[in-house]
Amino acid sequence: MNRTVYSPLIFELSKAGRKGYSLPASPCAEYKASQLPAHLLRSQAPSRLPEADELTVVRHYTNMSGNNFGVDTGFYPLGSCTMKYNPKINEELAALPGFTAVHPAQDAAYAQGALKLYDEVQRTLAEVAGLSRFTLNPYAGAHGELTGLMVIRTYHLQRGDTKRTKIIVPDSAHGTNPASAAVCGLKIVEVKSTPDGTVDVEDLKPLLGDDIAGMMMTNPNTLGIFERQIPEIARLVHECGGLMYYDGANLNPMLGVCRPGDMGFDVMHINLHKTFSTPHGGGGPGSGPVGVREGLEDYLPNPQVCFNEETKQYELRHNPKALGSVSPHLGNYGILVRAYAYLLTLGKDGIPMAGKLSVLNANYIKECLKDYYELPIDGLCKHEFVFDGLKAKYGGAHSDASHITTLQVAKRLLDYGFHAPTIYFPLLFHESMMIEPTETESKETLDAFIEVMKKIAQEALEQPELLQNAPHSTPVRRLDDVKAVKDAKFSF
Amino acid sequence: MKYFPHTAEDIQQMLDVVGVKSLDELYAEVPEELKLHRELHLPEGKSEIEVRQIIGELAEQNKRLVPFAGAGAYDHYTPSVIPYLAARSEFSTSYTPYQAEISQGTLQYIFEYQTMMADLTGMDLSNASMYDGATATAEAMMMCVAAAKKRNRVLVSATFNPAVLAVVRTYAHFHGVDLVEVPAKDGQTDRAALSALLAEDNVAGVLVCQPNYFGIVEDFTGLADECHAHKALLAINSVASTLGVLRTPGEWGADIAMGDAQSLGLPLSYGGPYIGYLCVKNALVRKMPGRLVGETVDADGKRAFVLTMQAREQHIRREKATSNICTAQGIMCLYVAIYLSLMGPEGLREVNDNSYAAAHLLHRLLTESGKFEEAFPGQPFLNEFTLRYKGTDGVDALRKRLAEAGFLAGVKAEGMDDCLILAATEQRTEKEIAQFAKIACS
Repeated sequence: MNRTVYSPLIFELSKAGRKGYSLPASPCAEYKASQLPAHLLRSQAPSRLPEADELTVVRHYTNMSGNNFGVDTGFYPLGSCTMKYNPKINEELAALPGFTAVHPAQDAAYAQGALKLYDEVQRTLAEVAGLSRFTLNPYAGAHGELTGLMVIRTYHLQRGDTKRTKIIVPDSAHGTNPASAAVCGLKIVEVKSTPDGTVDVEDLKPLLGDDIAGMMMTNPNTLGIFERQIPEIARLVHECGGLMYYDGANLNPMLGVCRPGDMGFDVMHINLHKTFSTPHGGGGPGSGPVGVREGLEDYLPNPQVCFNEETKQYELRHNPKALGSVSPHLGNYGILVRAYAYLLTLGKDGIPMAGKLSVLNANYIKECLKDYYELPIDGLCKHEFVFDGLKAKYGGAHSDASHITTLQVAKRLLDYGFHAPTIYFPLLFHESMMIEPTETESKETLDAFIEVMKKIAQEALEQPELLQNAPHSTPVRRLDDVKAVKDAKFSF
Repeated sequence: MKYFPHTAEDIQQMLDVVGVKSLDELYAEVPEELKLHRELHLPEGKSEIEVRQIIGELAEQNKRLVPFAGAGAYDHYTPSVIPYLAARSEFSTSYTPYQAEISQGTLQYIFEYQTMMADLTGMDLSNASMYDGATATAEAMMMCVAAAKKRNRVLVSATFNPAVLAVVRTYAHFHGVDLVEVPAKDGQTDRAALSALLAEDNVAGVLVCQPNYFGIVEDFTGLADECHAHKALLAINSVASTLGVLRTPGEWGADIAMGDAQSLGLPLSYGGPYIGYLCVKNALVRKMPGRLVGETVDADGKRAFVLTMQAREQHIRREKATSNICTAQGIMCLYVAIYLSLMGPEGLREVNDNSYAAAHLLHRLLTESGKFEEAFPGQPFLNEFTLRYKGTDGVDALRKRLAEAGFLAGVKAEGMDDCLILAATEQRTEKEIAQFAKIACS
């Protein structure tokens, strides 16, 4: 990463008259867009687009990339984000012209390879999830959640059951759960957690009734704890007529060991950019396939990819029972190619091993650091766990206004070349620090991280100002968030 | 397994620290009856050579057709600089830029993207992008309702691409929006029907598109004033590339501009990943969905960029958020920023001129033959147009004939079985156009 920030914007490198493109001559020079009626044309050319030669552009973005941290630069102990290694072969295969040059309007007959890949991915995910069928059309995790909730509502509505307008969400759930439910037109009913962080079954019981569409859960939950009561919870929700929704954000540790379908879930989404190694890309493009148990397949969004046993051809189908469409085509198709390469590479042994090693890595860090950081819930975790800040003897009591906060620890970690954990989530604790190492990190990397975390605890005790003013050695220092809102500026 | 660094010795040492005897014991608390107790029914893991063969063969099973099709996805050229730079793993393997101190790269290019899109659409500001044009349109619809508070009706022109309309309709159905379709007349939004609906004074917003499904450049003169007189917002969906020459949503007086920006240098990729854009007037910033990057300073007073106005978003506001979206389109946003950096205003004009020329040349050759006639005579178009095929073999047979010759002959116009919507870009050569026309008219 750059020691000092590369700060110019492309607009500052622009000079009138430069150009960074070359185009062939017009196929018919007598035609020009300016021949359109004048009132349909813009009055002046876009005035703020830059003018730059090719090398200026190449250097600009190359230098800019140095301002960024990525998985290829260093370790992300980022809870619930599953920042595993992004294999390079995946990128190369996704860039094959046989995929990238295919227009979405190309008839299925001429895109059989693309459709077969889609079907192979959906079948593999169905086996991994213990469900019947997947749609790969949703663009991201939150989009998958929304799609899954649409499946649940469609199921009820097509049975003439119109009363089911509420969805149960644990208070520890990811923020997208209630937000997706709201977009889907559902009212949110929150169920409390017990002191050990799992769903409080006694609190759940009185919430159940004929107005409940279903319940959203992730298992292991956001504390990394396996919800042992899941069979009982699923039974209760099913008895009242609701469906169980699995938020796949935390699927990684369960791979090949315990499948959402076998836990009693009916509908789920998977984040390919978490569990199946496709890059996060600084926030996209992701992919959020949605799977359903037998009996719900028809409700998945259009277009649906089907194999016609008679013609032995893959087809695109518009199913009248479907919930509708969440994308015009087959989602972020290029991401599916990457995930398929990963699934093929891991295979039946590699997929479960990924899950187990992710659990080993998380427990190892937890055990090595629990004398330094407050572990509110002891015992085995799955792929991640949560510390409630530094132990009081290092950072001061939380009740003390001058205690060292999780934010300060997180910012100090940046100085040591590590990304910060997910902080202040889940909301169950004041100083949450959620750590998920993933299986692709070596013992050496984990040991280095552990040493730094111990060192930071010591610094908190001896030189707290180092943490209070951190970070010190990043391309830019702590940012003024208030100014960004007060003097709002969203463009150059 | 090449992605797992653990040696047998590492595993043993780590298990000892954790205090369990085996990897399976790490799942001791999971009830036995929930466990799989069998292998996954999947093939063995494959080597890189085998993976390359398997996926390479699938890629080859897709016929390479020269596209004369649009319908929301345009075969504009992607300069080689773009995939080269966007593949830099400092960009692609990074997370959402919450930790701004080590994410300035991502934040800078999003800020550049926001600047460029605001300029292109003639609006005050752009967000950090949406999934695609269809979902951006659905978000615009929900924004209209949220901004109007007590109104729940949104009008949508029937001249939208039916595939986009299907997505918007799905969101409306579940979100409880009363979505009313304004019929088309002569391939354009029926303004008289629209006026009648607006006059009911219960409309939160109006969604129109440009160029529309049929390729027609619609005339929105007076539309914004009419919407505003009835306290409705106007949202215009445009094909991003065409805004290099066409009158902008800002100039038409729109409150929201949205659509797909695939046309700005993104490969066709069988429908995705693309990128949706959403731009608004300042007054609507707090109703806006999605990420937003703002300028600020760091502790040393240096200019820096940060995700801002997060109080709108799901991770803070949960069910009261403006949307459930929690990503942008990341790398695709970088594609657009690099594309517009290379092309600049002049390059974008040239792309539009050449696309216009290719489409108009094709249009002339096809209509002059007598085998085709304009579906909507005399309507202005840029690089996409709708023709009625007069051949007795029908549109399906025609498209098949052209596919066998290596061409993708547009899309069949939905609801107009004898019509074909064709498009051309700056990538189509005079020779391809002539050959296409020759086969189409034979």
